Amino acid sequence: MTGFLTLLYKELLRFWKVGFQTILAPVVSTLLYLLIFFHVLKAHVEVYQGVSYAVFLIPGLVMMAVMQNAFANASSSMIQSKISGNIVFVLLSPLTYREIFFAYILASVARGLLVGAGVYLVTELFFETPIYWPVWIWIFAILGSGLLGALGVIAGIWADKFDQLAAFQNFIIIPLTFLSGVFYSIHSLPPVWQFLSHLNPFFYMIDGFRYGFFGASDFSPYVSLCIVIACFTAVSLLAIRMLRSGYKLRH
Amino acid sequence: MPAAIAVRNVCKYFGAFCALDHVDLEIQAGEFFALLGPNGAGKTTLIHTIAGLSVADSGSVHVMGSHVVSQYRQARRQLGVVPQELVFDPFFTVRETLRIQSGYYGIADNTAWINEIITRLGLADKANTNMRTLSGGMKRRVMVAQALVHKPPVIILDEPTAGVDVELRQSLWDFIRQLNIEGHTIVLTTHYLEEAEALCNRVAMLKHGKVIALNSMQNLISTMAVGYTLCLKLQPDTSLPPALQEKKTGCRNGCVELKIDNYTQIESILAQLRQAGIQIQEMQLLQPDLEDVFVNLMNSSLPQTQ
Ligand SMILES: Nc1ncnc2c1ncn2[C@@H]1O[C@H](COP(=O)(O)OP(=O)(O)O)[C@@H](O)[C@H]1O
Ligand SMILES: [Mg+2]
Repeated sequence: MTGFLTLLYKELLRFWKVGFQTILAPVVSTLLYLLIFFHVLKAHVEVYQGVSYAVFLIPGLVMMAVMQNAFANASSSMIQSKISGNIVFVLLSPLTYREIFFAYILASVARGLLVGAGVYLVTELFFETPIYWPVWIWIFAILGSGLLGALGVIAGIWADKFDQLAAFQNFIIIPLTFLSGVFYSIHSLPPVWQFLSHLNPFFYMIDGFRYGFFGASDFSPYVSLCIVIACFTAVSLLAIRMLRSGYKLRH
Repeated sequence: MPAAIAVRNVCKYFGAFCALDHVDLEIQAGEFFALLGPNGAGKTTLIHTIAGLSVADSGSVHVMGSHVVSQYRQARRQLGVVPQELVFDPFFTVRETLRIQSGYYGIADNTAWINEIITRLGLADKANTNMRTLSGGMKRRVMVAQALVHKPPVIILDEPTAGVDVELRQSLWDFIRQLNIEGHTIVLTTHYLEEAEALCNRVAMLKHGKVIALNSMQNLISTMAVGYTLCLKLQPDTSLPPALQEKKTGCRNGCVELKIDNYTQIESILAQLRQAGIQIQEMQLLQPDLEDVFVNLMNSSLPQTQ
């Protein structure tokens, strides 16, 4: 257990020491999204009855920040250790593959939750977002950041260079996030896009997370939960398998 | 007691390139062992297969009796490795680095031992300095310290003195020799053959991924080194007569060096010089050393294993 806790501690310390970049900066940029979308769209959209657009937007943006930062944490930590070569100190140690995996994703969950909490707290200075069912909020925030952390581990192991990692982020993570209903309810979309959104696992994370705030969502949170758990399990198994096989880490 | 390191019939390929070619090697506990060979011979690759950083394509590797793949946790607890590349984590100080490394091995509180290795490696006044700001030599010492946090019985150092100044090299070797006296098995690679000769009691030489010599240091030098080197300082503005030119192997500090097979040849060389009217100002006969063996072996193609 000490080995696992140490790696977790190291991963936490790694982003905490540069908290300005890893926590504060993403909080600020998410708030900028809120500001821009709110001003552009406030007059046009009312998704749920009695819920203003800004208040509808806040949970989506919080979850987006949670997911993006969880991904960024695991992937950048992995690729930095790989490129600078200091991953060797972990690889030489008797840490098991599962210990390495869980340390990386738990640190990612922690960073995701910190940024998400930061965004939420600042928005509450200006708006009042209801909290209908906190348990769902926690469940989806933790599973969502865990899933993105696991994706980050995979991307960080796979990428040999920073631009490959950026490609993974730009062509997979960002489109899936933006097309997951952060900024709108998918009921407002044409049927084809609705169908495509239903194939996007990120959609269920946002939808379930939002349910925790409003008690209303496009899908039942139980359905979303099952889908998110299935995705989390599949991605985690793949990440652990990559670690075990030594893919790109051990020749 | 199992061998400290047992490498059996290991092959390692990178694509079609064979980096390790049926390597067989056993290193006993307590040895001070040198792994030598030119660049690209496969030394680092062999160390990586022992450390689990690389997986052998065939054959097996055990460290203190534990298989490095199927029993990797036990094997890695017995082993400390100082990698060849200078690597560090720029987020942490020296002490943090060592504390974290101890934690990876399951040691929750290692303060006493960390203090001791910090002191013995001359890192005491840098303990709270960030890794990023240390000089190369200091970073190398931290890497040595990192390999020792869990007091491993077997320690492997891959070119620990490359790019390190003379003074540090000396103190590093003193420290490593001390560890060997305390019972640790030491395996090292180095390009400074005189260092290996002074420190190690057994040697393996690698070439193109093959072990081409494996012997005790003494035996290797006495059986493998053929001939001696005769150094002559000739009177200024004269040079060797043409008949002797072909024996010349080099020139150092104004002395010409001649390769001879045995003492009796000295007689005839002196006679030829006298005939040519050349005076000798200084003369010295050098015993063969590890470097001669190395050069011999690397230039010959016959394997010399015993
Ligand atoms: N990851 C790798 N991919 C391809 N070739 C490699 C790799 N690592 C080492 N080699 C090759 O294997 C050979 C042995 O390298 P190495 O073990 O580093 O030699 P040494 O440490 O003796 O200088 C070299 O020819 C090197 O180019
Ligand atoms: Mg090498």
